Amino acid sequence: MKAFSALPIGIFFGIVLIKSEVASWFRVRAMFRFEEAHMYLVIASAVVVGAIAIQLIKRLGLNTIAGEPVSLKAKPFTKGTIIGGVLFGMGWAITGACPGPIFAQIGSGEWMAGVTFIGVFVGAFLYAWLKPRLPH
Amino acid sequence: MPLLLLLVGKSFGVSSSFRHLCSICLPGSKLDYLRSNDWRAESWNLLFAVGVIIGAGIAVFFLSSSPVELLPESYSNRRGALLLLVGGILVGFGTRYADGCTSGHSIMGMSSLNWPSLVATISFFAGGLFVVHIIL
Repeated sequence: MKAFSALPIGIFFGIVLIKSEVASWFRVRAMFRFEEAHMYLVIASAVVVGAIAIQLIKRLGLNTIAGEPVSLKAKPFTKGTIIGGVLFGMGWAITGACPGPIFAQIGSGEWMAGVTFIGVFVGAFLYAWLKPRLPH
Repeated sequence: MPLLLLLVGKSFGVSSSFRHLCSICLPGSKLDYLRSNDWRAESWNLLFAVGVIIGAGIAVFFLSSSPVELLPESYSNRRGALLLLVGGILVGFGTRYADGCTSGHSIMGMSSLNWPSLVATISFFAGGLFVVHIIL
């Protein structure tokens, strides 16, 4: 049941992705060309707000509203962090969308984003298939 | 992100939704990465994605005075579709291999001062810069 609270938060995030324009191919391209600070400022402000929130949660020992502990699993470092990261960065620059904005682009009626969605689905499946053979 | 942590108690990240979608669409898969994945326990992630689609729709159709352009006109042809498909595959494969995307690594991970996430973010940029300045 508590999973349902993710829906309104997702709606809020979707509005933010569109209104902050980080779901825009043009903004992503301008970021990689160092033409404008827009994307850097949006991401940096998200990190600052997030870091303050995480410090507060840790220091005050805050729980969820249901009273359960907050899960803060640190992602481990693997070879995939770099190899996968570079591959994702290339895809990000081509499609102008990382996973969140793909859903946002679809919701905004940008039907070509459906092609990106199919690609991501295929890519995730390829990873599942190749995982035993990849260096980690 | 702080809302998600406090209401649902889960670490923020979008790209794993594609792993769950693969698991759901291929329930009999022999691939361990899909079979060992308890997507029902992570159903918040899919609800969040549905929320992003709805939120983006609200932002575009009710909260914007002018039409929102997210993808360039030049992508509305067969070549563009192929680029989006290939880019999407890179996004899907890369984010699963790196175990996170812009939200999970760059925002959630860096907010948590988790160093592998900084490495991942630098890798995202290396890939993006390579595409923007050298290939396209």
